[in-house]
Amino acid sequence: MKQVPLLSVENLTTVFDVKPRPVVAVNDVSFEIRKGETLGLVGESGSGKSVTAFSIIGLLQPPGRVAGGRVIFQGRDLAKLPEPEMRTVRGAGIGFVFQEPMAALNPVMRVGAHIAEALIVHGMASKTAARAKAIELLRAVKITDPEKRVDDYPHQLSGGMRQRVMMAVALACKPPLLIADEPTTALDVTVQAQVLELLRDMKQQFDLSLLLITHDLGVIAETADRVAVMYAGRIVEQGTVREIFYQPKHPYTRGLLASIPGGDAGSRLRAIDGTVPNLASLPPGCWFAPRCRDRMPVCDIAFPPVTGADHSVRCYLHGGQP
Amino acid sequence: MTPLVEVKNLVKHFERGGGLFRAKTVVKAVDDVSFVVNEGETFALVGESGSGKSTTGRCMLRLIEPTSGEVLFRGKHVLGYSSAEMRAARRDMQMVFQDPFSSLNPRMRAFTIVEEPLVIHSIGSKADRRARVADLFKLVGLDPAHLERYPHEFSGGQRQRIGLARALALNPSFIIADEPVSALDLSIQAQVINLLMDLQEQLKLTYLFIAHDLRLVRHISTRVAVMYLGRIVEMGGTPGIFANPQHAYTKALLSAVPATNPDVPRARIELDPTLVSHGAPLRQISEGHFAAV
Repeated sequence: MKQVPLLSVENLTTVFDVKPRPVVAVNDVSFEIRKGETLGLVGESGSGKSVTAFSIIGLLQPPGRVAGGRVIFQGRDLAKLPEPEMRTVRGAGIGFVFQEPMAALNPVMRVGAHIAEALIVHGMASKTAARAKAIELLRAVKITDPEKRVDDYPHQLSGGMRQRVMMAVALACKPPLLIADEPTTALDVTVQAQVLELLRDMKQQFDLSLLLITHDLGVIAETADRVAVMYAGRIVEQGTVREIFYQPKHPYTRGLLASIPGGDAGSRLRAIDGTVPNLASLPPGCWFAPRCRDRMPVCDIAFPPVTGADHSVRCYLHGGQP
Repeated sequence: MTPLVEVKNLVKHFERGGGLFRAKTVVKAVDDVSFVVNEGETFALVGESGSGKSTTGRCMLRLIEPTSGEVLFRGKHVLGYSSAEMRAARRDMQMVFQDPFSSLNPRMRAFTIVEEPLVIHSIGSKADRRARVADLFKLVGLDPAHLERYPHEFSGGQRQRIGLARALALNPSFIIADEPVSALDLSIQAQVINLLMDLQEQLKLTYLFIAHDLRLVRHISTRVAVMYLGRIVEMGGTPGIFANPQHAYTKALLSAVPATNPDVPRARIELDPTLVSHGAPLRQISEGHFAAV
């Protein structure tokens, strides 16, 4: 029997209505997250990975709008949910952690108040009980001395601690799904390692499913069960973390993996030539074709369709017809 | 091996706060740092934010004045130079910065940005300079047809190439590159790393590479110094440091490097600050490998 996925994104398309013509930032994106699973969404800047997250939780700001597709979460299509109901999903159904914890925390609110607010808004605790729960959550995210830290302001904390507080806020209402958008990018390596470890820990402890958005393949290697690779707004390859790392199909995925430094000292990296295309003026065929070493005439006709079931790819090297 | 740059007991203290009834606090950003960069090598300073690695680089070019210590470039005391002598010396020692967005003047065309050092040092006629800038553009892989564009019309990787062209304009032998690729996307990072290695070979450059990414450091540098709280805690040949780290901080830092594939076993070593005897002198571990243990 096939398990019903916790989150199922179907043909999601997000458009930014800008002059002179609208730009499609997320294009026909489909993926599933099963219970207890971590899906890593990886891509370079401008690939649409963060816009995908914002589209899922309905936090897209104009001129951005979801133009098509469905976001099925716990049996409901979030893309069609009115804002008041969406508010109950955010926090209680889906928690989120962003890259810049300083920007996401209110500088004039104490740490405890951030957590208490989440609990009170969702009716999970009374005002009096909220403080005790906040301390408990701070302890869960391994903040030392939580009884004292609960009264600190965000500026009194280090970057890693702020990210822990963000996680406590996100997990306050015990959501089944957590979206983490570049949670470790702004942090030092050793702190990054601690936060990743905490993320894995929390996943166990809170029985979480995780959508992890990152540009760092190292973070993916350590944390994800399955991986979706985005390029210029489309998912070009999807598979298990081992399939992606050991048998990458798409030339872009292969190029990214070859770009990780750390091979033989002084050896040339097999870099991908060129740059990410401008979303406002995409080539007619495959959008990666201008940078691709395996470019064929067919690549310039139309964007390749999805081929393969579990390990899927959009590339004519692996079949499909324009 | 000829030493090109020698840094001896470099110290930079910043004073903070202080008021009518409050004492000033002194931040020891760089605390008695010494190392040698040999001609033709890539020497990496690694550490996390606040370790003093960028401050060390800036003190060496006197972009900020060190509190004490010595910096020798080709055997001459750089810190004793007058401002005119320093300006002349900077022809031979240049810097590339991390952020290609803030290090280029947005109101200057790419041509003017790269030409500026030539103008300041009154080199060549206008036509000579134009030809030289076009050559530099080609050298760093930019299209000379884009000379008249403004920085915002270039991508991040291209902007970093402009910064590099500017640094190379005066034919320096020594370049301090402060996190030159950390603001770039992975595929673009690889292009710039390749370019840096090509240029080193072609122009016989010596690099001081300031970075936090150990995968990158391992790839590009010949020797490494690990900085922690303003001091060098370990220094040596890159393979030796990576294979046989001695200092507790180096061990913790290396164990935190993200894996390159899903099956690398995770063995995090947490830094126990009580294990770090702060201020311990560097001790020789093996030939060329030193650690403050």
